[in-house]
Amino acid sequence: MSAVVEGGSVVKPELVCPAGSLRALQMAVGAGADAVYVGLKDATNARNFAGLNFDDAQLREGVAFAHARGARVLMALNTFADARGVDPWYRAVDTAVAMGADALIVADTAVMAYCRSHHPQLRLHLSVQASATSYEAIEFYRRHYGIQRAVLPRVLTLSQVAHVVRLSMVDIEVFGFGSLCVMVEGRCALSSYVTGQSPNTAGVCSPPSAVRWQDTRAGVEARLNGVLIDCYAPDEPRGYPTLCKGRFDVEGRRGYAIEEPTSLNTLAILPELIALGVKAIKIEGRQRSPAYVEQVTRVWRAAIDEAAGSAGGYSVRPEWNATLMRFAEGQHHTLGAYDRPWR
Amino acid sequence: MNAPWKRDGSANVPAGLPPPLEAIRDIVRRVVEHLPVQPPSFVLARVLDQMLLPRLPADAREALSRRIVELQITDLGIRVRLQLEARGFCVASVQGEPALRILAPAASYLRLLRGEDDADRLFFERALIMEGDTELGLVLKNTLDALGPLFGTRNTQSM
Ligand code: SF4
Repeated sequence: MSAVVEGGSVVKPELVCPAGSLRALQMAVGAGADAVYVGLKDATNARNFAGLNFDDAQLREGVAFAHARGARVLMALNTFADARGVDPWYRAVDTAVAMGADALIVADTAVMAYCRSHHPQLRLHLSVQASATSYEAIEFYRRHYGIQRAVLPRVLTLSQVAHVVRLSMVDIEVFGFGSLCVMVEGRCALSSYVTGQSPNTAGVCSPPSAVRWQDTRAGVEARLNGVLIDCYAPDEPRGYPTLCKGRFDVEGRRGYAIEEPTSLNTLAILPELIALGVKAIKIEGRQRSPAYVEQVTRVWRAAIDEAAGSAGGYSVRPEWNATLMRFAEGQHHTLGAYDRPWR
Repeated sequence: MNAPWKRDGSANVPAGLPPPLEAIRDIVRRVVEHLPVQPPSFVLARVLDQMLLPRLPADAREALSRRIVELQITDLGIRVRLQLEARGFCVASVQGEPALRILAPAASYLRLLRGEDDADRLFFERALIMEGDTELGLVLKNTLDALGPLFGTRNTQSM
């Protein structure tokens, strides 16, 4: 596999890691993240969970911490502005600029337009929530709003990623590791169907206030707003209580009707992703603890350095996979759509 | 229906104790099972007043306020019930359903308090079980994550 060469050396993709708190940000940067992505404590980002995320002072401190160590801070502003009022989203843009964020991760065209007109120098990354899966869609956002990077939804095969990278005039970021959101991101309303709230509106899938775990004779039931979505035997591993990963009776058979709880892990195809010219690898999990962020970041730092640095000598170390496996939802890994045979 | 307090180490009780403690587990359990809820709750309340309360952000303080949280250390048979009042953490009454009940072995609590593990991971593996108000549980988890280890601190500032 030939590596992408710029000025005589392989282009090493940026390692972009999640931070749900200032402490997670510090751990990520300390473990070797090139960039961290963060959100404010409101519905302007897709991980709007109680107790998570940054207030202004924490964001300012986080940016200072990251910049002092050569890392960048990307702010997720990736929900869709509410028809009742776009002000919170515009205010969040202004806050990000005032606090010194290096780029915004955006999904809504109104928010992008505001950025262009009020902060034309601001770097914009197209969020996975915008669901741009084709070169043509990405080009539209580049021409109209000047986006400089697009995060690809986790629904493309490797050859489709290659096609998009080859044609796009902007940097392409892909997901490397983390829990899977199986829908074409940004278009899923399953959570809204049961709870009235979904990622693109309220910033949460399966809002915690709607989640109940109950021990019954049949097993531990997971309910979402009263709707039974799974029942676990005592020794069964559990997953996030999302509708897409529930087990249902369909035509007399009980099973995962939509998707199994599993984690994406692309360590095995990292050299291919680098060779394609992917500019950044994203780790999922702003809702996870700093311990997850630190250990997963360390694995990916080592893997990217080795994959980009060695001429063909890369192999996935068992201890890397062991660490990632420990933290994986569903305790097993998949290459997801990257190696699906369908087109 | 919430889980009854099970002492047989089966069914709903998360497993996992470091080997040195495993050896004395049954002895410890036999002793502490007969202790009332009050003493361990009282001790923990004083510890939390010292170590957690001064660092607890206002939103978490509000979310926890006057809600009974029950912690069960499943492998040692210890149960504590706490409630946050204006004057600090207090021992909650033994009666009444808690707003939130957390069940985990001692090792899981220790790893979490030291900032060495991820609550979601423990939850996936059933080494930590949460019942009741999931949102309150999440506030607690996210607040503790953001604060960092309550003891045995690793200094991230120097990285
Ligand atoms: S229900 Fe599943 S696919 Fe839909 S947003 Fe939630 S995690 Fe993603």
